[in-house]
Amino acid sequence: MDSWTQATLALQLLAIDPGLGGITIRARSGPVRDKLLSQIDPNTKRIHPAITDETLFGGLDLSATLTRGHLVQEQGLLARPGAMVLTMAERAPVRLAAHLAQALDRNAGHSLIALDEGAEPDEAVDPKLTERLAFQADLSDVSLHDTSTDPPGETGQRDARGRALPSDALTQITDIAAQLGIDSLRAPLFTLRAAQAHAILQDRDHVTAEDIEIACALTLAHRATRIPEPAPQQPQAPPPDQTESQNSDDTLNIPDELLLDAVRALLPDNLLEKLAAQKARQGRGNGTGAARKGNRRGRPLPARAGKISDGARIDIIGTLRAAAPWQTIRKNATGRDTIQIRPSDFRIKRFEEKSDRLLIFTVDASGSAALTRLAEAKGAVELLLAQAYARRDHVALVAFRGTEAELLLPPTRSLVQTKRRLAGLPGGGGTPLAAGMMTAFEQANHAKRKGLTPTIAILTDGRANIALDGTANRKQAATDAQQIARTLRGQGIDALVIDTGNRPEPALRNLAQTLDAAYLPLPRADAQKLSQSVATALGD
Amino acid sequence: MTPFPFSAIVGQDEMKRAMILTAIDPSIGGVLVFGDRGTGKSTAVRALAALLPPIKAIKGCPVNSAKAAEVPGWANLKTKRSHEAPTPVVDLPLGATEDRVTGALDIEKALTKGEKAFQPGLLAKANRGYLYIDEVNLLEDHIVDLLLDVAQSGENVVEREGLSIRHPARFVLVGSGNPEEGELRPQLLDRFGLSVEVTSPKEIDTRVAVIKRRDAFENDNAAFMLRWQAEDAAIRDRILTARKSLTKLKTPEKTLKDVAELCLALGSDGLRGELTLLKAARAYAAWRDDTALTRAHVRDVAPMALRHRLRRDPLDEAGSGTRVARTVEEVLG
Repeated sequence: MDSWTQATLALQLLAIDPGLGGITIRARSGPVRDKLLSQIDPNTKRIHPAITDETLFGGLDLSATLTRGHLVQEQGLLARPGAMVLTMAERAPVRLAAHLAQALDRNAGHSLIALDEGAEPDEAVDPKLTERLAFQADLSDVSLHDTSTDPPGETGQRDARGRALPSDALTQITDIAAQLGIDSLRAPLFTLRAAQAHAILQDRDHVTAEDIEIACALTLAHRATRIPEPAPQQPQAPPPDQTESQNSDDTLNIPDELLLDAVRALLPDNLLEKLAAQKARQGRGNGTGAARKGNRRGRPLPARAGKISDGARIDIIGTLRAAAPWQTIRKNATGRDTIQIRPSDFRIKRFEEKSDRLLIFTVDASGSAALTRLAEAKGAVELLLAQAYARRDHVALVAFRGTEAELLLPPTRSLVQTKRRLAGLPGGGGTPLAAGMMTAFEQANHAKRKGLTPTIAILTDGRANIALDGTANRKQAATDAQQIARTLRGQGIDALVIDTGNRPEPALRNLAQTLDAAYLPLPRADAQKLSQSVATALGD
Repeated sequence: MTPFPFSAIVGQDEMKRAMILTAIDPSIGGVLVFGDRGTGKSTAVRALAALLPPIKAIKGCPVNSAKAAEVPGWANLKTKRSHEAPTPVVDLPLGATEDRVTGALDIEKALTKGEKAFQPGLLAKANRGYLYIDEVNLLEDHIVDLLLDVAQSGENVVEREGLSIRHPARFVLVGSGNPEEGELRPQLLDRFGLSVEVTSPKEIDTRVAVIKRRDAFENDNAAFMLRWQAEDAAIRDRILTARKSLTKLKTPEKTLKDVAELCLALGSDGLRGELTLLKAARAYAAWRDDTALTRAHVRDVAPMALRHRLRRDPLDEAGSGTRVARTVEEVLG
């Protein structure tokens, strides 16, 4: 089944049973997507990521109330059941995703068609939503040529209940979901409903093996977190007989393998890459971050015209000022002798909030580094400090040598202090890289909690030889470093690895990969050049 | 649609137990449920609402006052008759604005009648009941701060736009979330009395049982509800009995010492751990219908009362639950 057939089938099933939650369609806007969407009811409500709570839930219609002079209530989109199309779903903020998820959970007949236009692998619909939508279709590789023009079959909501199930179907579906590494129990429930809906689509009063097979393929493939191990070749089971399997034949004996194959055929090729990307980026975008505009806190920006909604604060002076010139005209028009304010006069307060950046320098001061480039690294840090000072970044300094790491300087903006500490940093001893990263990690975590955006810059020659527990064990030291690197990446902390060795060190490149960090091997260079590369890697 | 019955939830015993304990003694201070998606977190919370015994409250009171004298003046209630109301379980959605949470100027009245009136928010609604926050770890910081403050003082104070209002806001905080999406600040962690970690069941049989019940709930609702509502009623009665016997429960000196030793060995921050552990153990003993608190009770509730109060060790992949269990093993034997 290609992804086009899959998508159209999913839409049909969805029309039969809205309890399936919905579908995520990953495709850029274009003729293929338009063609697919032409199959759904043209009157379907469309919503967008910036939709306000009032529009969703209803409430006071402020504009109408003000113009008419009496209360006008507005009905929200969620008040009536039905399908909704969410455009640019990958941009839906957590707030909207949470509201929609709640609406879907309430089981009041809502369903959602989320149009995911994400271009990058890590731009995707909020997992809260995809979890609650039964289907997912990826149309990015489908060309218009591949699409069929079958007229959609008779759709319309029908009662999906009471279709007789083969008695072992429940066990089978659950088993397959488990084999695919799907922890959530919503998935097998969706499979069950989809199988029942498919039976209706085929005008059968009982669910057959074919229904279950298709349902598995549609609802489980995209949730798989591991590829099931191929079972040892079994003698071919007789194909399930669909023509004569009436209610009398309750157990269908569909071989599990068959269902698994159906799912496996639909597993995306780059499943593992996708998983890695997903894992690596989880935990991002939850508040801390770069500059963001808001209407609550931070540095004030000029007020702008807007509606009073979503907790925006009204700028009274601005509103009055906007209304003032019109007063005489309005008085003449209405005959009322009071200050008259129209919705178009409203001015909303806006603020910009910037989370400060913290650069955590993690400097290798071991014997090997001291011999080669410690002085140079120091110079580079000093140059970076000057830049950080200009941007009002915070900096912290961690040095590691001997058997442990030391926090030389907690996060500060003081340039002088940092320089002094750095100059007094002696070199010598082993390379406890893991301990250094650990200390940096603690600092980064701490900073995140305070609303800073931490970046860890590691300057080392990469020959880690002291393990986290302080023993000289080269192998353990490398393992420890990798493990902390994984933790750092899991927490979504940005990092940067600068190789100060004489020759680029492959182990360090590995480490940078684990960290998802930029890797800068520095063959003999002056401090100026080093600092330039760092500035480029940091992006400004 | 009626929520899924509490008693019909398969497995997840620790989560269910934690919720029942807070129903017996609300002063334990809330439950935090952390776990993967699709493990029945939200289902359990919504089921709890239907399970809880009703409260006596003044009809129409915005803060669910028990007595007529406690109804706040700004509510402008004319008749103050008492009636039985279900225990409030209020959803606090992510992205709720400060105004929604604390309450604010009633724009409707301000516009149409020119009156300055107070429109109560979610905190008022949740008084004497439960406040449920799904995805609590994604909640915006300023809302978290606000909640911390109110949860601590039991009173909501609104001073803005010319309003000056205070009203009681005593509620049990129930939070759920997925730890992969973000950590919770230790200050908020500590405010939850109990914390449980849920995972999806690993045995196929249990998973099949979950699917079967859910399927029956959806397809044969009437019969299913009839079957489980009786069980729910049994739990409700047991909660009521436990509430009564809680006052008569004896706490031997020996058990107090056990509790203190345990917390000391774990190095949990502050004394809140000891207090909560003691309260939870007492509620548990009352639930079990025992007459005195013993070491066994403490042992059973220690993980949920203490696991979120330990200092985090980022390299400990086993999770703090195991650490608590290990220490309990060492200290209490």
